[in-house]
Amino acid sequence: MTRLRVRDLACARGGVPVLSDVAFTLGQGRALILRGPNGSGKTTLLRTLAGLQPALRGTIDPGPEAVAYAGHADGLKGGLSVAANLTFWAGIFGTRDIAPALEAFDLTDLRERAAQNLSAGQKRRLGLARMVLTQRPVWIFDEPTVSLDTASVGLFARAVESHLAQGGAAIVATHIDLGLTADVLDIAQFRARAMDDPFATGVA
Amino acid sequence: MSLWEYANPARFMVLSARIVPVSGGLAALCLVVGLVWGFFLTPDDYRQGSTVKIIYLHVPAAMLAINAWVMMLVASLIWLIRRHHVSALAARAAGPVGIVMTLIALVTGAFWGQPMWGTWWAWDPRLTSFLILFLFYLGYIALWAAIEDPDTAADLTSILCLVGSVFAVLSRYAVNFWNQGLHQGASLSLDKEKNVADVFYFPLLVCIAGFVLLFVTLVLVRTQTEIRARRLHALNLRARMG
Amino acid sequence: MIRLVARDLMLAVRAGGGFGLGVAFFLIVVTLVPFAMGPDTTRLSVIAPGVLWLGALLACLLSLDRMFALDFEDGTLDLLATAPIPLEGVVAAKALAHWLTTGLPLTLVAPMLAVLLNLPAQGFTWLVVSLALGTPALSMIGAFGAALTVGLKRGGLLLSLLVLPLYVPTLIFGAEVARRGAEGMMVSTPLALLAGVSGSVLALLPFAAAGALRVNLR
Repeated sequence: MTRLRVRDLACARGGVPVLSDVAFTLGQGRALILRGPNGSGKTTLLRTLAGLQPALRGTIDPGPEAVAYAGHADGLKGGLSVAANLTFWAGIFGTRDIAPALEAFDLTDLRERAAQNLSAGQKRRLGLARMVLTQRPVWIFDEPTVSLDTASVGLFARAVESHLAQGGAAIVATHIDLGLTADVLDIAQFRARAMDDPFATGVA
Repeated sequence: MSLWEYANPARFMVLSARIVPVSGGLAALCLVVGLVWGFFLTPDDYRQGSTVKIIYLHVPAAMLAINAWVMMLVASLIWLIRRHHVSALAARAAGPVGIVMTLIALVTGAFWGQPMWGTWWAWDPRLTSFLILFLFYLGYIALWAAIEDPDTAADLTSILCLVGSVFAVLSRYAVNFWNQGLHQGASLSLDKEKNVADVFYFPLLVCIAGFVLLFVTLVLVRTQTEIRARRLHALNLRARMG
Repeated sequence: MIRLVARDLMLAVRAGGGFGLGVAFFLIVVTLVPFAMGPDTTRLSVIAPGVLWLGALLACLLSLDRMFALDFEDGTLDLLATAPIPLEGVVAAKALAHWLTTGLPLTLVAPMLAVLLNLPAQGFTWLVVSLALGTPALSMIGAFGAALTVGLKRGGLLLSLLVLPLYVPTLIFGAEVARRGAEGMMVSTPLALLAGVSGSVLALLPFAAAGALRVNLR
């Protein structure tokens, strides 16, 4: 079963088209690793898939309501405890139990700690744990392993694997090897042509 | 060929380059004829004396101050609905022209008001509304200037223009409620009986035509500049991406 | 959405200043007025309704730039925009939280400050009513301004420039209710108009503000 089908997608950053003719399908239980040099448009593509910015062209099926997104920032409130942060997001996404999320990212012992007193890696784990609460089939990660140690990367990979095993799918933009069985997509091939920009041609 | 073809920047540049010399020349002609006729070849008003002649600057500027905003509103709507870049840039180009027209209307109004009402400024509904319009222009121009990304700026200023228009109309009525004024009624209307006397009427029409043509010329030239700036921005970004 | 309001209130309480700052500013403005206008109580009682409205309006402005900025910087806004609640609802919740921490306290302390300015006794009720009806509109218009400027590094000043002209109708009708109330005149016309302005602002501006937020998140 297909979890996500992208056809003829074009996206822009800062008003300038960066990607065009992006096409791929993501099946149930599959993971896709995005690769490409800095500035090639990985973040732009992921934010477009998450519905945070409109596509210039093309279709994404199903829409953003099937997608859970984890970007560079974790959206944590330092003044609230680990449990309170997760409970808030659980409420927003209509989930009751935060225990599985705490467990998956080894945060159970830290649950009463204020988020501002966590280390950078612990904060990242808390940010990623939110994905478990979303109950959405397609997980999208933008550089999820920043500030994670080897053990935490392992936790992350296992959380993604268990999501895939339950019939989900995932797209991860990363430069390191996560040890996941995944397809690799190099987005350098989708670079937009100059003619897509109305201001790059024909204006004297 | 559909009208929307001219929303393409390249086509717009070609077309506007043809219009600007004509509209600019006609604007100069109308303004010279209208102002000379109005200032030197019409009699003084029996009540207001020669002060009345400021009408040839005041009325056209006031009309354009409002119509420039309406044009910005229409251009903003076209941008939000059809995503034509030229439309957004034309709205941006009209902003400073509109605020200068508002300023001319306010300043000439003060010069007119001093001998007539004995005061440079009164909190009359019309004057107050124009002052508020001036503030709206300020905010609109400042928002354009503050945002770096051109499409984001176009979107946000368009939303501001839309909401601002509703609030400007609302403020107009609120101000009317707040203070009934001493400003004279409209100088022009289609109902000819109510118009100002013919001797003032015809030079005034020529002046208005001149101001409108001047506005069109200025907006076209400024839109051309904005398009070139936008192209520079696009080329710079492209060069940086390698 | 209730969760969002509750969380914002909790954060405002924990961070401190959320409730206090606007009220303190209001108090200072009202204290400064007699220094500028002279201590003559008859004159003060004439300008009291207008000064109180203006003070409350300026105090409302103080905390606007923080309404979305914190959530924008730490990524919360991205996550809320992808969450299953509409962004219009997020805006409304934020405006409500702002009103509960700013507009409501201002409304409640206004009668005490009115004593300082010698507001006529019959004016107290209408002062409170007009503020209670008008301040929600001030918060919502402020939310719109904050949504427009959230992506800017130093948006605070620009925010004031954008929002203050939009406050004109609310101020005119609100202050008119308070003034007529203080002078013992009929307030029903400006009161109805104030309610109309507030109602339409609360009904329509969440859509404009959510649109502006979406643009800023791309």
